[in-house]
Amino acid sequence: MSQDGVKAIRAVLVDDEDLARQLLREYLEAEPGVEVVAECANGFEAVKAIGELKPDLIFLDVQMPKLDGFEVLELMDSSSNVIFVTAYDQYAMKAFDAHAIDYLLKPFATGRLKTALERARQRLAQHATAPPPAELSAAARPPGHTLDRVVVKDGTKVHIIPIDKLDYVEAQDDYIGLRSEKKLYLKQQTISSIETQLDSKKFIRVHRSYILNLERIARIEPFTKDSRVAVLQDGTQIPVSRAGHVRLKELLGEVG
Amino acid sequence: MHPVFTNRAVAFVYLGVWTGLAVALSSLIRELSALSWGQALFLAGALCVLLGFMCMTPWYTCRTLPFSLTAGRKIAWNHGAAAIIATAIWVACARGLAREMGVNLRASVPILIALGLLLYYLSVAIHYAYFAVESSRQAALEARDAELRALKAQINPHFLFNSLNSIAALTVSDGRRAREMCIRLSEFLRNTLGLGERENIAWKEELDLVRAYLDVEKVRFGSRLEVEMNVADACSECQVPPLVLQPLIENAVKHGIATLVEGGKIRVDGEVKDGLLRVRVENKFDPDSPTPRRHGLGLRNVRTRLETRFGPSASVTARKDENSFGVEMVFPCHKTE
Repeated sequence: MSQDGVKAIRAVLVDDEDLARQLLREYLEAEPGVEVVAECANGFEAVKAIGELKPDLIFLDVQMPKLDGFEVLELMDSSSNVIFVTAYDQYAMKAFDAHAIDYLLKPFATGRLKTALERARQRLAQHATAPPPAELSAAARPPGHTLDRVVVKDGTKVHIIPIDKLDYVEAQDDYIGLRSEKKLYLKQQTISSIETQLDSKKFIRVHRSYILNLERIARIEPFTKDSRVAVLQDGTQIPVSRAGHVRLKELLGEVG
Repeated sequence: MHPVFTNRAVAFVYLGVWTGLAVALSSLIRELSALSWGQALFLAGALCVLLGFMCMTPWYTCRTLPFSLTAGRKIAWNHGAAAIIATAIWVACARGLAREMGVNLRASVPILIALGLLLYYLSVAIHYAYFAVESSRQAALEARDAELRALKAQINPHFLFNSLNSIAALTVSDGRRAREMCIRLSEFLRNTLGLGERENIAWKEELDLVRAYLDVEKVRFGSRLEVEMNVADACSECQVPPLVLQPLIENAVKHGIATLVEGGKIRVDGEVKDGLLRVRVENKFDPDSPTPRRHGLGLRNVRTRLETRFGPSASVTARKDENSFGVEMVFPCHKTE
């Protein structure tokens, strides 16, 4: 377990290919002070294992069944340290440079893995706080790519909200509330960060604390002298700021 | 060379239009002078031949002054001057010819000038329109060529690097399989790279390529990838555009098998019937898995290439339901060119 009195790094390997996991395991077995506590072959398993085992370090593949690497990242409670392992992803690399501990491009040499582990050890020793996982994930996605679904965790269950089922997003302190099919799901992410991930032709920031699905709007009504409310098809009222109203008008033409 | 001289259909239309104009002009001349129908037709005919040739000159001026690249003022000046010169020559010829026939056309000069300028400007406009259509057709052709070249040259980097990673893993645990995988991967790469120059390959060559590809993917995905091929021997010698099946198989792996936790089967059926090659690729997919990017690019490419090659006798239809995906392509089976 421990080497020279130093606590071993507890690592989880996430990759849908057996051989890829086998290679990484083989490399890590030769590394002192690293213990592989779980191996996962798909996104659901990964979320579950990470939630239960709270590992220090996660080796995360990007393309997987059920949930991809970015989605797994969004669903982690703790900011475990992540090393992305991918075959080829020219966009994500830039973001990894800035946020993740490291990224490994398959196939990689043991020397490259040692460097990544060294960085992880430093990060762990400093107890440095990684950015919230959802923020990291938002930064790691390729530019110009809008979400076609949002993943949220409710206890141990994972919910997948297709983007056309999302009514609106509201800011709640460090969280956002996502409203879909009469239910509200909470997620640790800022409203500005999710705003950049949504298709700006379909979702509009109508207020500092609200992003609205355009298709849900029934009408816009005056509220006070300066402000308005958007009335949704189900009757819900969402405040619309003056700037939000300007944005709405730009997108829709004149709407009262 | 002006298309009137190179394209029979254009020449025909041009001749027809000017014949009509000649008849119209002769009736105008009869209104304005005391000439008989025969004389008027002769005069109008001669003038239309002359103007008909003059109205082809914008072919050169329009080409040297491309509409989108030339300042509006320069276009107006140049064509304006050309129109005036052409009209002046034409009206002078008309008066000279009429005088030879013993008629004075002086009173109708303003009408002739208007007519000359109008027809010349019309011709300039038509030439510009012709060039615009031509250049957009050219651009479309070049774009398609570029797409084809890119498609032939493409080897999915994900596939390549993931395969190399599998080989790296196998070298220690199972050297023999690592070697086999190297060989199959090399076969696939060699065959794909050699396709660049070829217009057609035999269907069996395409099938070999796909088998090599699938063998490599089977090592990567292990028991998750199962393949069932039912391809009739009658297809073997059909000449097909290279890489017409491989992109569909790659999609089936990437968007199908790779999304399934337990994996699944790719089914390939092929037969020749009434001179048509009919190929079906079917696979399951997980509707709850995230959709990889670049969805449908391979399918669209295959469709465009078959349509360009075979026209309406080719078809590519895709069918998607709850959790399975199927593509069927049908195109003529030509044996050896």
